[in-house]
Amino acid sequence: MTSFDLAAQPLRDLNRALHGIADGDNRTAWEILNPRGAHAVAVGVNQPVDITVKGNVGYYCAGMNEAATITIEGSAGPGLAENIMSGTVRVKGDASQYAAATGHGGLVVIEGNASSRCGISMKGVDIVVGGNVGHMSAFMGQAGHLVVLGDAGDGLGDSIYEAELFVRGTVKSLGADCIRKEMDEAHIATLAGLLAKAGFDADPASFKRYGSARKLYHFNVDHADAY
Amino acid sequence: MTTKTPPQFSATFDDYTQAEIRRAAATGIYDIRGGGAKRKVPHFDDLLVLGASMSRYPLEGYRERCDTDVMLGSRYAEKPIHLKIPITIAGMSFGSLSGPAKEALGRGATLAGTSTTTGDGGMTDEERGHSERLVYQLLPSRYGMNPRDLRRADAIEVVVGQGAKPGGGGMLLGQKISARVASMRTLPEGIDQRSACRHPDWTGPDDLAIKITELREITDWQVPIFIKVGASRPYYDTALAVKAGADVVVLDGMQGGTAATQAVFIENVGLPTLAAIRPAVQALQDLGVHREVQLVISGGIRSGADVAKALALGADAVSIGSAALTAIGDNDPKWEADYQALGTTAGAYDDWHEGRDPAGITTQDPELAARLDPVAAGRRLANYLSVMTMEAQTIARACGHNHVHNMEPEDLVALTIEAAAMAGVPLAGTDWIPGKTRF
Repeated sequence: MTSFDLAAQPLRDLNRALHGIADGDNRTAWEILNPRGAHAVAVGVNQPVDITVKGNVGYYCAGMNEAATITIEGSAGPGLAENIMSGTVRVKGDASQYAAATGHGGLVVIEGNASSRCGISMKGVDIVVGGNVGHMSAFMGQAGHLVVLGDAGDGLGDSIYEAELFVRGTVKSLGADCIRKEMDEAHIATLAGLLAKAGFDADPASFKRYGSARKLYHFNVDHADAY
Repeated sequence: MTTKTPPQFSATFDDYTQAEIRRAAATGIYDIRGGGAKRKVPHFDDLLVLGASMSRYPLEGYRERCDTDVMLGSRYAEKPIHLKIPITIAGMSFGSLSGPAKEALGRGATLAGTSTTTGDGGMTDEERGHSERLVYQLLPSRYGMNPRDLRRADAIEVVVGQGAKPGGGGMLLGQKISARVASMRTLPEGIDQRSACRHPDWTGPDDLAIKITELREITDWQVPIFIKVGASRPYYDTALAVKAGADVVVLDGMQGGTAATQAVFIENVGLPTLAAIRPAVQALQDLGVHREVQLVISGGIRSGADVAKALALGADAVSIGSAALTAIGDNDPKWEADYQALGTTAGAYDDWHEGRDPAGITTQDPELAARLDPVAAGRRLANYLSVMTMEAQTIARACGHNHVHNMEPEDLVALTIEAAAMAGVPLAGTDWIPGKTRF
């Protein structure tokens, strides 16, 4: 285990060290001590290493992650795992705004609640939230899955493209062009897989599925009110 | 003697206005087009350069040096960009432009010793390969954004806005969303692609400062971070960009082009380039970072005279987009028959969003794109950049400067009261600067 204490060493050294991990490097397990809400912790990591952050983090923790498995033993500020490409990011607590924004791939698990705009402009990432998500989550979601075991706030999936949303609780309101869709066997199997990967024990059949009505895909003056 | 008065046309409801009203009534859709503001606004043509005289000593053309190089990003980046000329190529996406057009821009910029810039849609291998210095844009859509390309960029440009549409997002119509463009943007092929007007993961300059820290941490503080803003509140936008940690501020006036936006937006929102420069320079000077944080001006730059005047007003470099497209063949009269078939004429074609560009530049149609030879077009761009640079040098030498950056406001006068007020230089033949000195 390689240990890095942010109370004693600067953030810049941490990220440089993580970027310096080479293929085949035997430093495959890292722990980061005393994050104390620091921003940009463990960003741009591109090796399949395990990183545990012992505490709360600020903005953009695990941003643009590739391949690494990053666990935050606390809560995360805005922009958690933004633009994640691959790997897994898990938050034991809650996550603030824009969690997994624009994520292209990988898995983001938030065991607590996520604030507004969770999965905004998501492009392939899978997101599983144990609690609730705030308003405008999955706004302009292009691809990937957002699974919410709790409730969703206003404007879920506004202007959505091809992302798929699964919500077990209530949805306060759906955004423009987002509709409830049928759940067939394939969707239940997909959802079951996501829940299993995220480590949640929940019945996939108890969720509802939402996605794009595809009415905004080509400009039509009759839909102008939705723009 | 006739008792009827002759037909009288309205200056307010002119032919174009009436045609646009009829078009809107017939279609129910606002007009979308490419390019920048076409209306006449105060511009560099309204300024004149004062050559040397009794009080100034000129430099000999062709004999005495007049340097043109510029360093961008020296504030924080470990590897600032060194350009041979103070003219860069502005961000234009693969998607809005064809592959050969992007390649031509990269080739031309590299031959001239300057940089080119990606756009809304990510970085292609061809673009990276042909661009010795490439600026990678971080836009609200984040189409194609990934850390691998971030690390192979020579600079990162956070796009907050652009001159053609400050405060607006974008729309690339389905005709241009080819299989490759769709794949790069993670979208279904052939659908309209909407780009958000705000970034998804930060709000306001305080957040942006943290976002920039993240970008610097991901790239180990190696490359410069630019912030691009559309000209609307240039003093405060520049000050806030500096506060957010920018190495370079890129300021784009309303004549700056876009791939596709509502015409009403292009013509009515934002400031002319001329009006934006002095407030931005003032902000840098007030913060004590003029020349430490470089200022790049864009929007309607056409010639070495425009370059010299922009630098004299305090810019460190300029950026060109529309002019670069013209240089590589956009709106070339040799395609007049094709332009006529589209209901337009060479020089006025601006339906870039439709993807039917006869010149093969603003299209994803393989047959049209094949009309553009990227090697020859790149050479044309390099020639044009060379001419602009020599023109700027000629003017700088005539003012007695051994570097184009030594041009200063005192080298300029204005032909109109408006231009004098905007540029903060005297009306020609007077010592009057409206708003600063008494007539």
